[in-house]
Amino acid sequence: MYGKIIGSGFYVPDNEVPNEFFENILETNDEWISSRTGIKTRYFSKGENTSDLGTNAAIMALEDSGIKAEDLDMIVFATMTPDMFMPSTACLVQKKIGAINAFAFDISAACSGFMYALSVAKEFLENGKVKNVLVIGGEVMSKSLDFSDRGTAVLFGDGAGAVILQASDEPGIINSYLGSRDDVKGSLVLKALPVNNPFIQQENDTNKMTMDGREVFKFSKQVIVDTIDKVLEGTGYSYDDIKMIIPHQANTRLIDYAINKNDKLKNKFYINVDKFGNTSAGSIAIALSEVRQKKLVEAGDLIILVGFGGGFTWGSLLIKI
Amino acid sequence: MEQKIKEILAEELSVDINEIKLESSLKDDLNADSIDMMQVVDVLEQEFGVEVDTSELAKILTVADIVNYIESHK
Repeated sequence: MYGKIIGSGFYVPDNEVPNEFFENILETNDEWISSRTGIKTRYFSKGENTSDLGTNAAIMALEDSGIKAEDLDMIVFATMTPDMFMPSTACLVQKKIGAINAFAFDISAACSGFMYALSVAKEFLENGKVKNVLVIGGEVMSKSLDFSDRGTAVLFGDGAGAVILQASDEPGIINSYLGSRDDVKGSLVLKALPVNNPFIQQENDTNKMTMDGREVFKFSKQVIVDTIDKVLEGTGYSYDDIKMIIPHQANTRLIDYAINKNDKLKNKFYINVDKFGNTSAGSIAIALSEVRQKKLVEAGDLIILVGFGGGFTWGSLLIKI
Repeated sequence: MEQKIKEILAEELSVDINEIKLESSLKDDLNADSIDMMQVVDVLEQEFGVEVDTSELAKILTVADIVNYIESHK
């Protein structure tokens, strides 16, 4: 039994924010941002939270799949910017779409979150425990950004993507690979609450994201190609069989550098970071949905999704469309 | 070593090796931006087996600074 994609959708807030916006609040400009990152524009929420973005993406995915919300057995939401600690974002979406027969939970793996969520869904489907699964990756990154830090503020965007996976005898997700290791130097951090109770009182620390760009650069460069190779291992498939690779949309220059020495991979990468910025767990989900919508892949094509990010975490999936 | 460094800079920054002098400013003469510098340092680290601390990166402004850094950290 395989998990097969039968529907997809994505949603971004109706508030496009081009690079020029940052010229007024930071010492930067469009040329500086786009030449270093490939990003031209992104979307920032004017109030919608992560579950709202996820709900809209989910509705589109359900319509695309032809199944109803009541048909869903399981909902997994990958995010590091949940609306609340409790209930989970997945439970909030469950309520909003009326998926009364599903169990729902969130997964936290930063920019690799959608890879982790799909991998978990894959296992449940292959074991025959569930038939229809909604997998969402989405973030409202803007609520976690320090808008006085040009090293991070310009890089991220808000958005969510969703897919519906159905148990099928025909190949869908063929293989998955996940990995993580200690981010020793704390180069990607978004803090939660400090311990405050009758026994200890601490200052409330910043709840804005911080990043050491160079450490992240070194990490990403190392894992992108490795992670693609790992998911092909033992499957009998090689680069030549792959129609398209959808990477986590972090930074065009970084991705170019990572795959530079690999001519066989170079032209297979799908990039949309120019339009959305880095939407963390949303990025691969949005790109996958866009690729299906534009019919850039067709039934039978093999694609690879590859994510990498905070933790550090990384992961990849080999999928037959 | 100087020649090797110039070769790496020419390759990574897509500039003519003859234009690279010891006194060349990486930013102003060779048009290297911050991402270029991360790439250059990445290659230098592999080539010469040194580790360049991120905080030291800001002090490397010219080709001569690279040569000096690597010589003193080898």
